[in-house]
Amino acid sequence: MCGSGGAGVMTAANMFIDAAAEAGFYALFGRSSGPQIRGGEAAALLRLGAEPITSVDDTFDIMLAVDWQGVQRFAAELPLSKSTLIICDPSAGDVPDVYVKSGARIAHLPMKDLAKAIPGGRPNMIALGAVAALIGFPVGPLTEILGKSLKKKRADAYEASVAAVKSGAEAAASLGETKKLAAPTAKDVKRWTIAGNAAAGLGAIRGGIRFCAAYPITPATEVLEYLSSALPKTGGVFVQAEDELASINMCIGASYGGEPSITATSGPGLALMIEGLGLSMASETPVVVVDVQRVGPSTGIATKCEQSDLNIAVYGLHGDAPHLVVAPNSIGDCLLATQWAVYLAEALQSPCIVLSDQALGQSRAIIDAPADVAFVGKRLEAVAPTVEGEVFKRYANTASGVSPMPVPGQPGCQYTADGLEHTETGTPSSQASDHSIQLDKRLRKLTGFDYGNHWATIEGEGDIAVVTWGSCTGAAREAITRARADGVNAKLISLRLVYPTRPEHMAEALKGVKKILVVEQSHLGQFTRYLRGEYDLPVKPEQLSRPGPLPMRPGEIHTRLLSMGK
Amino acid sequence: MSSCNTSATYTAKDFKSDVKPVWCPGCGDFAVLSSITKAFADLGLAPHETSVVSGIGCSSRIPAYTNTYGFHSIHGRALAVGQGLKLARPDLTVLVAGGDGDGFSIGGNHFIHACRRNVDLTYIVMDNRVYGMTKGQPSPTTESDWDASAMAPPGGTGMTPFHPLAIALAAGANFIARGFSGDPNGTAEIIAEAIRHPGFSFVAIMSPCITFREEQRDWKNTMRQTAIEATTDSAQAARRLMTDDGFNCGVLFRGSRNSYGKEKKAVAAVSDLDAEFAL
Repeated sequence: MCGSGGAGVMTAANMFIDAAAEAGFYALFGRSSGPQIRGGEAAALLRLGAEPITSVDDTFDIMLAVDWQGVQRFAAELPLSKSTLIICDPSAGDVPDVYVKSGARIAHLPMKDLAKAIPGGRPNMIALGAVAALIGFPVGPLTEILGKSLKKKRADAYEASVAAVKSGAEAAASLGETKKLAAPTAKDVKRWTIAGNAAAGLGAIRGGIRFCAAYPITPATEVLEYLSSALPKTGGVFVQAEDELASINMCIGASYGGEPSITATSGPGLALMIEGLGLSMASETPVVVVDVQRVGPSTGIATKCEQSDLNIAVYGLHGDAPHLVVAPNSIGDCLLATQWAVYLAEALQSPCIVLSDQALGQSRAIIDAPADVAFVGKRLEAVAPTVEGEVFKRYANTASGVSPMPVPGQPGCQYTADGLEHTETGTPSSQASDHSIQLDKRLRKLTGFDYGNHWATIEGEGDIAVVTWGSCTGAAREAITRARADGVNAKLISLRLVYPTRPEHMAEALKGVKKILVVEQSHLGQFTRYLRGEYDLPVKPEQLSRPGPLPMRPGEIHTRLLSMGK
Repeated sequence: MSSCNTSATYTAKDFKSDVKPVWCPGCGDFAVLSSITKAFADLGLAPHETSVVSGIGCSSRIPAYTNTYGFHSIHGRALAVGQGLKLARPDLTVLVAGGDGDGFSIGGNHFIHACRRNVDLTYIVMDNRVYGMTKGQPSPTTESDWDASAMAPPGGTGMTPFHPLAIALAAGANFIARGFSGDPNGTAEIIAEAIRHPGFSFVAIMSPCITFREEQRDWKNTMRQTAIEATTDSAQAARRLMTDDGFNCGVLFRGSRNSYGKEKKAVAAVSDLDAEFAL
């Protein structure tokens, strides 16, 4: 569904998702919008089904345009086919050539005129009714949602909207045939409706986060909006900082004080935070940064997705600075991966970057309720020296590499956290031996840790391995399912722990694999380069990638798998 | 660095560590360290409930020379670290310390916003009008015609010196004072009062660098003690500051703004948060 700003496309789409949730469906609702603050063109990209949906599809079955203003700018993001039904208002003028060329069927629905016939009626509600009727979506849940959102506040708006939905549904009969939605089967699972950014915020709090300082940035702002309301409720603190330099360093200060801390940002903000992350790493003060990746470099395309912050997240710190990088691979996993990130950061006293992306963060979905896992951040506690004059060793060279970390206020354990290289007691040192000891210690704690099976999502078996990450995972999964139906078996390996690497686990996962396909959304192929540089892969991988903002779609991965399986 | 002293009262010595400062002989910062530790002791604080946070520079080395919970962070970001710490741990006494380059150049934005935010902490800037650690470049408070530096252009930078006290006042700092390292007892009193005063307290301490600014030896003759009278009227404080020659010591302004931040109080269990998303 698309239209110019103020046409109510997003409102209608959100109501549709609410109704789909009510009716027992699953859904994925992504958005594409221009750079305008308010107004401008916007497209709500919806996929509904009776089973969980983790990927965009190859083409859309229906394109509904409330008007055509600026909508041609989305053409590449709105793949249509001959079976697509374009529904548009005849008063909005001709269908732009770019869509006509797709060969899609075109049907006219006079949304404006139909709306005018209803006092207070709006074209977006006519559209909602028409689309619902076309795909056989039950009317009951729709009116129920209209009631929930409108009835109390504005009874007249409710009546008008119900009438408009009804009018649209009646008009749908003349528009042509489309695919019908399969009825949802009753399942004994709890479902949620959530967007990846809110999920990351909730995961953070579940993991123990009680402090957030942040600076607004698209497309990470919703993480902050969620935390700014949820943190104070759970006894935490939210601060809007003056910039990203302040954000990361406030978090480091709060974490030093004993409160698990987080900030969220996107590429430009992450670039500004890098020096702070180095301080967190060197002073061994845990902090979590959610980077909701957008199109880079520089300001790039702020509202759209790309997986191109991998290099800065893994290699951006100066000095030899091993740290943690994790990546969620579904909207639900934004919760789990962020919670796990908090757990890891606290356990390992390390910065942890959570590499989410715009497609996960700003998409709203109906999903099975994420598991409530037991990951809650906990630090190694300190014990004050008992011998008079003995110095507390904050950076003690322990076997695990993790040193006891006191909370200020604890008597006898005073120390100075420092970004300067230091001795075991924290005293600044420029000696080679101290540098060597601390470098080894900081690496050892990360590489020696047991990350369990969470390092990757591994599904299926086959001669081919599809290695991917982040929001490409859903498309890869769907492509593998389709290929299996065609007799080509492939295995999915989606990395959740990006850094440190797990060479032995990867070797085990790739045992018997004859071909590797890497799927990613980056022009340089950052993920492919990372895999080839960091892992001893049994074969040279093939690469299927493109830059943002166009997502990787299941069809193209499926096609590649079939040719690889020949 | 360490102390097993858990007795009820502490002396200034209990707040000092055994680490030997990197400062040059004659540096004003030695006296500032003594003033800070004296203020802590005079206030009856305990080392483990006190925190000293700094950035980078000569004076920013100070946390390691105290026996408190210290944080020697990165250049310009001390106030961010200190505010985060205080907001997370309102029970601690947080003192942020550093130099004029750290606080007013690379950290200038944080200085302005820390004044606005008014978190209850004390910020001490040891001002020597020069970058000492990198061997003598002009800083934001350096006189515009000072050119005795390899990096300064002949005739000086030509830039108007930063006026930290006036800027602090304009930005909303709740307590503004100037001290002099040559008067450690007077400075200790000012620091103690700054710590007691709610909100963001700013204390500029003139602390000579005789290594790169030999002429600052003369400050002991030019600094005037208590030549100014504290006011609660910001307009009056502004007039005084704009006519001030930089050599008047004492408390200049005592504001009455409420400190930033609310009391932390959980009203919901973490599991309650699921309800917003569950169908």
